[in-house]
Amino acid sequence: MTLLLLLCSAAFVAPFVWLVSTSLKPIEQTLSLPISFVPRAYFAELGGRRMEVTLDFQVAQPGAVVRLLSGEDTGRLGFMGAAQLASGKGTYTVVHPVAAGSWHVSERLDRAAGDMGPQPIWDVLPRDRIESQVRFRWENYPRALAALGGDAEADRHRVGFWTFLGNSLTVAVLGVFGTVFSNAIVAYGFARLRWRGRDAFFALTLATMMVPFPVLMVPLYGVFRSLGLIGTLMPLWLPTWFGSAFNIFLMRQFFMTIPEELSEAARIDGCSEWRIFWRIIVPLSTPVLVVAALFHFIFAWNDFLGPLLFLTRKSTYTLAIALQSYESQNGGVQWHYLMAASAVTILPVIILFLFAQRTFIRGIATTGTKG
Amino acid sequence: MTRGEGKRLRAGLGFTSLWIVGLAVFTAYPVVASLYYSFCDYSILKSPVWCGLENYAQLAQDGLFWKSLRNTLFYAGLSVPLGTVVALGLAVLLNCEVRGKSAYRLLFFMPSIVPIVASSMLWLWIFNGQYGLMNGFLNLFLRPLGLSGPAWLADPAWSKPALVIMSLWSTGNAVVIYLAGLQNVPMELYEAAEIDGASAWQRFRHITLPTIAPVVTFNAIMALIGAMQLFAQAYIMSEGANGNGTASDGNPARSTLFYTIYLFSTAFQDLRMGYASAMAYILFLVTAALTWLAARLTRGGGPA
Repeated sequence: MTLLLLLCSAAFVAPFVWLVSTSLKPIEQTLSLPISFVPRAYFAELGGRRMEVTLDFQVAQPGAVVRLLSGEDTGRLGFMGAAQLASGKGTYTVVHPVAAGSWHVSERLDRAAGDMGPQPIWDVLPRDRIESQVRFRWENYPRALAALGGDAEADRHRVGFWTFLGNSLTVAVLGVFGTVFSNAIVAYGFARLRWRGRDAFFALTLATMMVPFPVLMVPLYGVFRSLGLIGTLMPLWLPTWFGSAFNIFLMRQFFMTIPEELSEAARIDGCSEWRIFWRIIVPLSTPVLVVAALFHFIFAWNDFLGPLLFLTRKSTYTLAIALQSYESQNGGVQWHYLMAASAVTILPVIILFLFAQRTFIRGIATTGTKG
Repeated sequence: MTRGEGKRLRAGLGFTSLWIVGLAVFTAYPVVASLYYSFCDYSILKSPVWCGLENYAQLAQDGLFWKSLRNTLFYAGLSVPLGTVVALGLAVLLNCEVRGKSAYRLLFFMPSIVPIVASSMLWLWIFNGQYGLMNGFLNLFLRPLGLSGPAWLADPAWSKPALVIMSLWSTGNAVVIYLAGLQNVPMELYEAAEIDGASAWQRFRHITLPTIAPVVTFNAIMALIGAMQLFAQAYIMSEGANGNGTASDGNPARSTLFYTIYLFSTAFQDLRMGYASAMAYILFLVTAALTWLAARLTRGGGPA
């Protein structure tokens, strides 16, 4: 039983490990086989100097590193297999012989850091002359975040990671306040007041939960267009200030469990409904307010379709949409940067979740079973 | 209406006033407008022109519409049952007396809060045919047999199964819900059954399953509704894996052209918003029918 659980856990964790491990590799190690979880750095002595090298490929057959004596490459170094050595006699001098299974290695130039240099020097060395260390390239992170903003030279109105982060936070935080504020007030009206038409209105409210978003998409776009809000962050948080069926339901269920006597006593003392709501119900309802706030934060942070619909300018992009646009522009080659940027996007929700996991899991469990 | 009643009504409407506005502007109006547009020729640039049932008639003839519907049903038909089985299985495992239960629960739940864009990037990389983790793992077993893993998202036959596998990873929500359901099953029932000599499977089949059947049914139907609206993963990953064309083409070979993706591109790329609204309403009707079914089955105590 425990073994089965461990296997399942491994399957669930592996993608996360793969994400982090890729984000800490140099690019050539993301594109090499066999795949490995461990980011490394390799060192070897080339031309009498110890330096960091890249493993380019393994030579299958024995041969030699030679200096060419004829043709336009005269004086250059080259690698020749046994057959070439035999047929080309006289056109080269042997620098050193190479055993089968050796590695072609080159000096590692950090091109991303502007290390352009001349042609990298190289050699073909047996494996035991190449030293391997585990090394995490944390420098991938700042570089990936810088790359998210696009080309610095080409774009004068450059926006970058901090802008995207700010946009994501704006949408999430304003949305969280809106969600808690509006839904608490509305839920009070449904849970603690008795008035004509209340139950019918509540049933209607619940019914709206089954309307799929694609149905609302086109007219909503029209609404925000006529308000002149397309291309701003407003469409992503403004609606939260006007309630949502799910949260009204969630809070109503909680408010109904608070004893009616508390309200009655306050009414006899001459408290207004607003005062009862604000002084009695809200302080007693922190747990449900926190759940609603957390759920909304996660929703807003993770939302993709909303920003895709309503955001048109790069300066308003949220992290999610910036990440997707980076990927689609770079065609998914720079996996190490892509994974680093993804990790940064994931981190806030993971931290939030770890801090509030109990609230979270209780929230999921109750909304699921009572829903 | 007495004075007291009028006062109470005013208070009720006062407290719900924000929602009255929100409901009207952000839900009611769009629902009605969408229905109207679905009978119109409409691009956002010009005002709608009534065309009767033409959109619906065209849809019936539209090969891509049927393709997107088939793709979506294929995906839903795989991901919902598999997701239910995996989530229920994990919940049952966790419900046993195991050490570190809350750590496991945490771990299974975590993927379900990962931003969909980030998890799409991650799985795009995992499913990379050459250097991805999935084939790296599979090839350990396939290579000795002279086989190798598929190109996943770049292969029309494997792109949907890849998305299904990805969906299983983020099934943690359901694990938590099922686990809560399992913990509500009275212990006495198990004890009584054990005394009567029931095997573990018999206990699961005759006690656990009937008790949590309503929860499972409800969740499965909700998952089905979610699967019908699959969008972000497919949108991001089909472009990421196939590069050419735009994200909403559903590459490779339109194998990931899902219903909502086709709807989105019809509305916002081709600007055929009336036609897209007709698609949206068909989705609405299907969803409504499923929700009704969910409510009925759950209230009836689940299928017998």
